[in-house]
Amino acid sequence: MERLKYPDFFKLDDLLTEEQIMVRDAMRNFVAAKIKPYIERWAQNSEFPVHLVREMGQAGAFGPMLPQAYGGSDIDAIAYGLLMQELEAGDSGMRSMASVQGSLVMFPIHAFGSQHQKSTYLPKLASGEMLGCFGLTEPDFGSNPSGMRSRVKDMGNYYLLNGAKMWITNAPVADIAVVWAKDENGRIKGLIVERGMEGFTSPETKNKWSLRASCTGELVFDNVKVPKENVLPGKDGLSAPLACLDKARYGIAWGAIGAAIDCYQSAVRYAGERIQFDKPIASFQLIQKKLAEMLTEITKAQLLCYRLGQLVNEGKASTVHISMAKRNNVEMALNIAREARQIHGAMGITGDFPVMRHMMNLESVITYEGTHDIHLLILGQEITGIPAFK
Amino acid sequence: MKILICISHVPDTTSRIKFTADGKQLDKQGLQFIIGPYDDYALARAVELKEAHGGTVTVLNVGTAETEPTIRKALAIGADNAIRIDAEPTDSWFVARQIAEVAKDQGYDLILMGRESIDFNGGVVHGMVAEMLGLQAFSPVMMLDVVDGKVKMAREIEGGKEYLEATMPLVAGCQEPIAEWKIPNMRGIMTARTKPLEVRAASDETKLTTHVHFELPPPKGAVVMIDPSNPEELIQKLVEEAKVL
Repeated sequence: MERLKYPDFFKLDDLLTEEQIMVRDAMRNFVAAKIKPYIERWAQNSEFPVHLVREMGQAGAFGPMLPQAYGGSDIDAIAYGLLMQELEAGDSGMRSMASVQGSLVMFPIHAFGSQHQKSTYLPKLASGEMLGCFGLTEPDFGSNPSGMRSRVKDMGNYYLLNGAKMWITNAPVADIAVVWAKDENGRIKGLIVERGMEGFTSPETKNKWSLRASCTGELVFDNVKVPKENVLPGKDGLSAPLACLDKARYGIAWGAIGAAIDCYQSAVRYAGERIQFDKPIASFQLIQKKLAEMLTEITKAQLLCYRLGQLVNEGKASTVHISMAKRNNVEMALNIAREARQIHGAMGITGDFPVMRHMMNLESVITYEGTHDIHLLILGQEITGIPAFK
Repeated sequence: MKILICISHVPDTTSRIKFTADGKQLDKQGLQFIIGPYDDYALARAVELKEAHGGTVTVLNVGTAETEPTIRKALAIGADNAIRIDAEPTDSWFVARQIAEVAKDQGYDLILMGRESIDFNGGVVHGMVAEMLGLQAFSPVMMLDVVDGKVKMAREIEGGKEYLEATMPLVAGCQEPIAEWKIPNMRGIMTARTKPLEVRAASDETKLTTHVHFELPPPKGAVVMIDPSNPEELIQKLVEEAKVL
């Protein structure tokens, strides 16, 4: 009787707290009301639903693990993961918007920012009054961020910022950017660059076949004068942005399950309704094999994430745990999207079903936030003690 | 403004309903429970009225301990505090007695609930509560606003709408589109547990109704397609198989 039910094959719901279930159900209802009815149109038209920034802020989807004093909600890591799962069941691009805002903008300001920076930016970012973006990747430095060319120069009263960032989610519409650049000593520093600062532009990246409802762009800094109070004082060096990526990748590991579940459910429903050779295609063994493998992989991913969430809550999770979960779950979701696309036959390529949109979105998700291969190298280093990317 | 909002704890509307083997009770195994959908509209309106006019919203449920997650969802949506009367809510008169006992002398301006619960669908509790408290009752109320201390309402009646004005306090059974259902936000969810939820014993155990037996409607028969050019076959089937002619 698993047909059409939200997959919880190993009864993980029994392990969830009342708050975790309520967070998940609230976000599921939010996605059902505010995203699912419109997402195919937004994706087809490559339209970023800017109104959702406020609505997601009001729903509490931005930085919900931060303290209430800064606009967060103090939810735990498992509740946060479930929230990301539900958002990505809507669309990976919508989850990306929330991941960037929460993990890559609010987290570094909260962890490394001054008191003034925290109280200035965090409540507005939490409510959706402000949207942020995160500038680390450069045109020539993706998997190798330490080679970045963006530079800040101490000019006495301010820092002079020059450089360019690429593949930046939220960039064209963001009010602020948390930007990483090297100082004269080659040390990576984090800066908060505000929209309107002279010399700062953010051209949009057009013609994407993926994350089409999400807004992507470049950040270009041409002699931008950044006030010294906009530098994140709490931490510098590459470990600062990498700590942000751990947070975001954790959310992606959960989010991918949502995309996989949405494809799986659509495939189960379609297989039950589509008649070939006088019976539903769900009655054929090859279709059942696909569905059984999908449920198995979703269940394994759920168990992996639940345990990872416990480790995060206990402060025991490290980059390698998060790498394994992100890598495994995104690949799982992409494979399920492709198999679900096949079950839908020709209908699977249309916007009448969510699977091809998820599939195309996941082609980005498997590359961003540490490529599929780089995560192998992180795990390889953990196993052998030898870094293969240096 | 002081608002009492009475909620029922009912199976999700998509549930497949079963009864226990003796047919005397609902089989709760595997069922998801929600705030009664009509009560949820009333709750949403109560929270909006509080936001507009200030005051407090108290949520009341007659139910056993298993209803507390449903009550906390109402707190997450925006109610300030909650009272649970620790008893099975199977009899309308009994439930109405409990609500009246809680509301008595407490100065509630509005006592709101759904037009009916969606489990037993009695639809009489609001009227009974009003009678017990000597107040006016209105149902089904599809619009409710408070303007200059007066309550302006629209009520659905046969073939149209009735617009009313009344003084507080009053009791209303609500339905859509009085407000849109509210989805709790993360902050509301995390603060729900810190809000007071008082458990009281039932004040009067008398029940006037006993459920003798439940049964499910017969399963729907298969649809038989008949060629429109062959009405004789239709007549024959209606006479011989359906036996309705």
